[in-house]
Amino acid sequence: MGKALRREVGAQEIAAAPYLRIQRLTKRFGAFTALDDLSLEIAEGEFVCFLGPSGCGKTTLLRTIAGLDVQTSGRIEQGGRDISALPATKRDFGIVFQSYALFPNLTVTRNVAYGLDNTRARRADVVKRVHELLDMMGLVEHAAKYPAQLSGGQQQRVALARALATSPGLLLLDEPLSALDAKVRVYLRHEIKQLQRRLGVTTIMVTHDQEEALTMADRIVVMNHGAIEQIGTPLEIYRAPASPFVADFIGVMNFVAGTVARDRAVRVGRTELACEVDGFAPGTPVTLAIRPEDILVHDARGGEGNVVRVRVDALAFLGSFFRADLVGDAMDGVLLRADLPVDLVRRRSIAEKSELSALLPPERIRIYPGDTIHR
Amino acid sequence: MRAFIGVIGLYLVVALALPLGLMLGKSLQGSKDEFVGLANYVRYFSTPALFQSIGNSLWVSILSTAITVPSAFAYAYALTRTRMPLRGLFKTIALVPILVPSLLPGLALVYLFGNQGLIKGLLLGHSIYGPIGIVMAEVFTTFPHALLIILAALALADARLYEAAVALRASPARIFWTVTLPGARYGLISATFVVFTTVITDFGAPKVIGGQYNVLATDVYKQVIGQQNFQMGAVVSVILLMPAIFAFLVDRAVRRRQVALLSARAVVYEPTPKRVLDLAMLAYCTLIGMAILSIVAVSQFAALVKFFPYNLTLTWAHYDFDTKGGGGWASYYNSIRLAFLTAMVGTVIVFVGAYLVEKTRGFALGRALFHFLAMLPMAVPGLVLGLAYIFFFNAPANPLNVLYRTMTILVVNTVVHFYTVGHLTALTALRQMDPEFETVSASLKQPFYRTFWRVTVPVCLPSTLDIAIYMFVNAMTTVSGVVFIYGPRTELASISVLNMDDTGEIASAAAMAMMIFYTNTAARGLHLLLARWLEHRTQAWRRR
Repeated sequence: MGKALRREVGAQEIAAAPYLRIQRLTKRFGAFTALDDLSLEIAEGEFVCFLGPSGCGKTTLLRTIAGLDVQTSGRIEQGGRDISALPATKRDFGIVFQSYALFPNLTVTRNVAYGLDNTRARRADVVKRVHELLDMMGLVEHAAKYPAQLSGGQQQRVALARALATSPGLLLLDEPLSALDAKVRVYLRHEIKQLQRRLGVTTIMVTHDQEEALTMADRIVVMNHGAIEQIGTPLEIYRAPASPFVADFIGVMNFVAGTVARDRAVRVGRTELACEVDGFAPGTPVTLAIRPEDILVHDARGGEGNVVRVRVDALAFLGSFFRADLVGDAMDGVLLRADLPVDLVRRRSIAEKSELSALLPPERIRIYPGDTIHR
Repeated sequence: MRAFIGVIGLYLVVALALPLGLMLGKSLQGSKDEFVGLANYVRYFSTPALFQSIGNSLWVSILSTAITVPSAFAYAYALTRTRMPLRGLFKTIALVPILVPSLLPGLALVYLFGNQGLIKGLLLGHSIYGPIGIVMAEVFTTFPHALLIILAALALADARLYEAAVALRASPARIFWTVTLPGARYGLISATFVVFTTVITDFGAPKVIGGQYNVLATDVYKQVIGQQNFQMGAVVSVILLMPAIFAFLVDRAVRRRQVALLSARAVVYEPTPKRVLDLAMLAYCTLIGMAILSIVAVSQFAALVKFFPYNLTLTWAHYDFDTKGGGGWASYYNSIRLAFLTAMVGTVIVFVGAYLVEKTRGFALGRALFHFLAMLPMAVPGLVLGLAYIFFFNAPANPLNVLYRTMTILVVNTVVHFYTVGHLTALTALRQMDPEFETVSASLKQPFYRTFWRVTVPVCLPSTLDIAIYMFVNAMTTVSGVVFIYGPRTELASISVLNMDDTGEIASAAAMAMMIFYTNTAARGLHLLLARWLEHRTQAWRRR
């Protein structure tokens, strides 16, 4: 399913000319390479997330697109125009920072109007536009307040309104939600996504929060060490991570060292597991990856296809499910984490030291080259 | 942008770097401007009458530092870590010496301990003229400076550390030695160097009360004014620069380390009442406060009576400055003009300069160089700067020599002399602002000057006022920076104090010194009112 989806998106990309085209972009700070020969295309109206651990280059990439950092080499095109050499003031974007950077001595109205004041727009038009934005953001009653008098979520929306005031072609969000508490964050995720859909503005958001990226983005760009690890829809990234790094960074993943036994089978300890071997020759050391929620409790006694006998080593209650640490002698004592539904645990009275059979569905197992387990 | 940095940078080059460089050169020249290598230095170190001053300067500086820093620490401790009553009043009293020229404590000490002094007996036959008088005057002058630094260090207390110490059953003494003192150590080191530098470069106190006890600062003055030996003046200046630069560098290194000390999650420490400690501290602070006030009170009283302490008939005669040795009332008005101009011009230059260093991007070399020049004045004693100005601005070949002895040159000199503190104040204010303001403005296609004018300046307004009042007060009290470059039409109040003391009109000198004090007090009061009004008018956004 993952592959099919990827092909479909690929077809779309070719059809529409990209709004933003980044070609072979490299940025060095002294001896440190922040962006390493990176290419990327973003379609008009798309919501793209740059996701990665801190120091992966995602913020540098955003700042380079904005013209706040100047690339060492490479080319950036926006709307068919080469903007590589333009300063930030000549580019077309609005930006929201983690700190919001609201002007503390200006009211909400004046903050939002800041970018409109010296355009040739008539004063009445400016007032109208500001009101429109404040209305859209639900900020009308706060119009005369100063930023310090607003809550974090409200400040965030003022920053967004200010960035959108000039109707930029590109909206850049630099970790816009990370300074907020969990509840507000979840609410605003939804709000921003809705707004972006309604306005159709091409949006790039930098985040290190995978949940944020998975829930908001049309496409996610996973970055590591200044390079792109994978580009894809949230589902693709989650279901078919292109590398052990992506697999490990997004969600939880079990990694198990094994060897290709023959076509469509991998050996782990004394157990042979059926799975797609992606053309690796028999005898090749590989790493198997399977997500905790993909491991199922099975009725069979073991020995059949992909069913292994395991013991529950530890059982942690996580609210909507149990996370079990499973250890199987047949798999050389490798530890597998599995997410078990609350209902199932209760029905079968699964507890620590319980023995059970676990099914590792072949289509859920992914194979990566090498026997070193990515940690 | 670069052009702006260039203009203000050029100011610092012309008003600071070039004169200092020229002075270094002069110390290597003979009386006919010929190059003589280190000959002047050889002569200096083979003349005991000259190089003895090095020992004298070090001795009074070390002694003053050893007295000022511990007593200021105890005072600061009382203000921040006890519930002693009247803490606000005691802080205000302790800051009084900032408002007076460093000549004033010398005059008061003459009245108290001089040959006809009121309580001369307390010295047990020792003379006030010499190291004793110098040290007493310097302790008075440097006390508030040390106090402010230590207060800042003690204010950084993290209540969690104290709670942890108490939970571990540490005794109060142990808590003091293991938490309080280490927490303030950078402040103490910093205060030590500031006091030491101030004393070793101070000219006012040893001039008035040093008697025959020569120190480096008075030597520079005697060589230049008394003997017209500019080369030797330059040599002594270079020697005077050494300890000041050394202390400055150590202080910078120490301050840099202090930043990491306070974590953002620190909890502010609130002292609890402790009866015995609070009362003991009240007694101590009263003693210090009385000492400070009595110096000022004696000066004022002596200025108002015929002949203190023998004829206590009230008279205004000592205020008839126009008939005395100094520059008359005109010098007082000159001082106010200088202080006002320095505050205005200096604040603008300092603030714009700090903005360019802190908020612009690129041109890293130029900005670093600019920052270095802005930090340099802290290490340059006023006398040294003044002498350098003689060499630079009095040179016939220099087209700028038309400025010599004018009000303009006094303003230029005073702004540079007190540049560093203003620069640091402005930097601190600017660093508290979100670094992304400039970025957001760029994304909204606004020119940088619009954000500067609409956001940066209004937000930093309280700090710019602080810079202005600092410049004003120091321009009123400074002697050392301007003593070589004032002219017959630009004599200043502080210089008049010096000259009237020289001609023996001590009561008039005290009267003029007190005029400076009242002017500065009024300026401070005005500053306070203005700050309150501005906060009400323009800082509404600070209130939640």
